[in-house]
Amino acid sequence: MAEFWTDFLWPLILILVKILAFILPLLLAVAYLTYAERKVIAAMHLRKGPNVVGPFGLLQPMADGLKLFIKETVVPTGANPVVFLMAPVVTFTLALVGWAVIPVSEGWVVADINVGILYLFAVSSLGIYGIIMAGWASNSKYAFLGGLRSAAQMVSYEVSIGFIIVTVLLSAGSLNLSQIVRAQSGLWYCIPHFPMFVLFLISALAETNRTPFDLPEAESELVGGYNTEYSAMTFAMFFLGEYANMILMSSLCVILFLGGWLPPIAVAPFTWIPGVIWFALKVSAVLFFYLWARATLPRYRYDQLMRLGWKVFLPMSLGWVVITAVALHLFGWLPPRA
Amino acid sequence: MDELLREYLPILVFIGVALGMAGVMVVASYVVARQNPDTEKVSAYECGFDPFDDARARFEVRFYLVSILFIIFDLEAAFLFPWAVVLNRIGIFGLASMLVFLGVLTVGFIYEWRKGALEWE
Repeated sequence: MAEFWTDFLWPLILILVKILAFILPLLLAVAYLTYAERKVIAAMHLRKGPNVVGPFGLLQPMADGLKLFIKETVVPTGANPVVFLMAPVVTFTLALVGWAVIPVSEGWVVADINVGILYLFAVSSLGIYGIIMAGWASNSKYAFLGGLRSAAQMVSYEVSIGFIIVTVLLSAGSLNLSQIVRAQSGLWYCIPHFPMFVLFLISALAETNRTPFDLPEAESELVGGYNTEYSAMTFAMFFLGEYANMILMSSLCVILFLGGWLPPIAVAPFTWIPGVIWFALKVSAVLFFYLWARATLPRYRYDQLMRLGWKVFLPMSLGWVVITAVALHLFGWLPPRA
Repeated sequence: MDELLREYLPILVFIGVALGMAGVMVVASYVVARQNPDTEKVSAYECGFDPFDDARARFEVRFYLVSILFIIFDLEAAFLFPWAVVLNRIGIFGLASMLVFLGVLTVGFIYEWRKGALEWE
């Protein structure tokens, strides 16, 4: 019995506590990202944004959540109820599980596996399933077309994201996310890999279906896209999933290019600030770029979107992989053998 | 617990927690909220019309083409991952063989570009 406690139950409880320590702040961050989005865009439009519920409208996300929670869950007659209800659950789950391998500070990670980046790549590819399932199961034309568009768009940009990640792996020499961050202690990869950093930021916008690439939800032509038929909590799941994915892509960007939890300069006043604060600041900066893009840019046309993905980003990222590999080899800059 | 389990058990538990959370949220909302379905409410949305026909109609073949191309290039990326990590051990031979492989794929890419598989009009 004692063995059962020490070998099994305690580690399990520890794991659960760790996981909750990640998920709860994440859900809070998602809620306040929706608030920040409305406030930031309002400020850029010279409006006030939400300011009624609570001081400065700070309770607005809670009010929205509560409203969605007590609404009726409408399941269309033509839909496949099981797949229809599974789709939002899948989307939300996949948006959360990526966080299992994200290191927010030195050693602050739920599962420090040595194939972390491969796991993230797999999870973000699986994210397409939720949307395809929603589009197909709704049995509505708008949802179906929105789902197809979204899937095609996400897979197109997934390819260039894959190659961009490979350039970072070449420089870091590890698939472990903590190792990738440690490898940047001298120089953040956004400087030598600057073109890939820009490509990654733009691909991340397309990957999370954000403006200017929000064609799956182009309300002028497709109503609500794949979530046209969803209501109440099932809609909220898609919404939360989308914003959790935004934060996930931003933190991936920070880990790959902006030195994760490392301070900008490793001298006294900067090193006193804990790594997790640096990480949060950098993620917020990338997220601000997302919101800024939404307030500034008009929507792309679908053919332009596919052209950009396949004819510009793919050759550029592939070329950069070759250039990086050859350059590292020629100058002997490859990471030392582990 | 052995090494593998210690590394991957947290991920399994994480998936369980996330799945449970999502399930509970949807089911709780369904139980709490008053369900009052109505024929008009539960028919598929089509700008106020009755739905004309089934939504699962034929669709543009290009979506299929894009997914095929995605499989090819995503596999290629998956091949590059382990190569990128061990490039410091496999030397010039490893570099050259991957360049040949990428060259072959580039030829295929140029072919599909010329054939117009990437055109959306």
